[in-house]
Amino acid sequence: MSTAGSVVSTGLDVERIREDFPVLRQTIHGKPLVYLDNAATAQKPACVVEAIRKFHEVDCANIHRGVHELSQRSTAAYEETRVKARRFLNARSKEEIVFVRGTTEGINLVASSWGRKNVRAGDEIIISALEHHSNIVPWQMLCEEKDAKLRVIPMNDRGELLLEEYEKLLNPRTRMVAVGHVSNALGTINPIAEIIQMAHRAGALTLIDGAQAAPHMHIDVQALDSDFYTFSGHKVFGPTGIGILHGKAKLLDAMPPYQGGGDMIRTVTFEKTTYNDLPYKFEAGTPNIAGGIGLGAALSYIHKIGLGKIAAYEHELLTYGTEVLSGIPGLRIIGTAREKAAVLSFVMEGIHPHDIGTVLDRQGIAVRTGHHCAQPVMDWFHIPATTRASFAFYNTMAEIDALGAGLRKVQEVFA
Amino acid sequence: MMDDLYQETILDHSKRPRNHHSMQDANRKAEGYNPLCGDKLRLYLKIENDIVQDASFEGSGCAISTASASLMTESLKGKTRAEASKLIDKFHELLTTDTPVTKDLGKLVVFCGVRDYPARVKCATLAWHTMKSALNGTGEQVTTE
Repeated sequence: MSTAGSVVSTGLDVERIREDFPVLRQTIHGKPLVYLDNAATAQKPACVVEAIRKFHEVDCANIHRGVHELSQRSTAAYEETRVKARRFLNARSKEEIVFVRGTTEGINLVASSWGRKNVRAGDEIIISALEHHSNIVPWQMLCEEKDAKLRVIPMNDRGELLLEEYEKLLNPRTRMVAVGHVSNALGTINPIAEIIQMAHRAGALTLIDGAQAAPHMHIDVQALDSDFYTFSGHKVFGPTGIGILHGKAKLLDAMPPYQGGGDMIRTVTFEKTTYNDLPYKFEAGTPNIAGGIGLGAALSYIHKIGLGKIAAYEHELLTYGTEVLSGIPGLRIIGTAREKAAVLSFVMEGIHPHDIGTVLDRQGIAVRTGHHCAQPVMDWFHIPATTRASFAFYNTMAEIDALGAGLRKVQEVFA
Repeated sequence: MMDDLYQETILDHSKRPRNHHSMQDANRKAEGYNPLCGDKLRLYLKIENDIVQDASFEGSGCAISTASASLMTESLKGKTRAEASKLIDKFHELLTTDTPVTKDLGKLVVFCGVRDYPARVKCATLAWHTMKSALNGTGEQVTTE
């Protein structure tokens, strides 16, 4: 594959796109920044930075119930993001879109609110061997509290879930199947449509952790028929501290509030409180207004570029990246699923990931090293940690070449 | 390029760690764990008449943590418990403060580059946290967190 030319066959003008990201215009230790830590957080385009600045400089006020101009402006801008998030997920209505701090809070909200009401002793919750800690621990806590059982879908050595084993785990006691759409540690894209169908056949609900999928592919919660779907703003080029939980209205309606406070109520007396309608019932307290507005700008930005084009281009990055890394002796890619997002997790013979990370950093290349908050995944492969390069649509083939050269330098240092 | 951190002595000790084995007649043992990278280390000491007669370690980690454990076990031998404790303080000072490097650290001065890499300080101190636990005889697993 050639590295020449910024407009690749997928029709994405990457050089033009890179101009939208101010952070990319810098050198690190004297070398151009090569940012390959997108699965941890994605960089922010200028339009997101500008939307947050404008809110603070021009429109700043608390939302809802204010009759003054600024409050109306901030309310409109914040609520506009809910409409955009509905479109982003193709949810049935904006009432199904709940603002949360991020994916972690989205999962905790469901485990806590839905789980406490619906899970009883002896019930079962299914997760998978690929999960991030945030889709393990909330369910573990729930199971401990309710004396329920946590069951785990195993995977093969490519990092693919074993659906025939999953089928065996499903039974009338299964209440919830909570799985990631895309694995953060390995990049595996799980067949969630099938996973959801199978859960429903067994009478269980589903929660999809979409943190790693939302930046990279079309999501249609109606077509998937997921019961809950959650993702983080900061991984879709928006700010940190804001995210989205989608839930089917009839499920959200039947759930008790997650937290109590302002905004989530209709009437309060010392004797009794009645709760607000969806989605406000789940949004206690002044939210992250600036974050919500920034997320709206990010969703518009992605929409403008087009997730179809993004997915096609990132697939080229993955193919070329896999080819470059495979050519490095002593390097082993961890996670070789047939369906994969643009994530390359790997180990190198005799060289610890932290040393790889430090030597790459000195060459301006940012990767993540460690267990990626997925210790069970590391345990399964009998490794303490990996080095992970994760890509976004602003990455280039030339940056993959830089990674390849950087890794050869690593080998020189530790030869 | 990397000379400030990965000095020759560090690379040498990471590739060929000294005292890298278990010890049957150890009378002090401790385990160290760095949850950040999953590195685990087991330290063995043989202390007689208040003097560290022998020191060794098991476990694998990054170049910095392996070299640190290797050089630490070398420098411990023949030291009294009080001297060993003092060395721990001096080593921490070397990594975490801007004070000028003193001569009495011997070979350990090669770790002075680590102070410019805050994310790597815990790699260098894992063995030393573990040594402190072994010296104090608690024997519990210590973590860098």
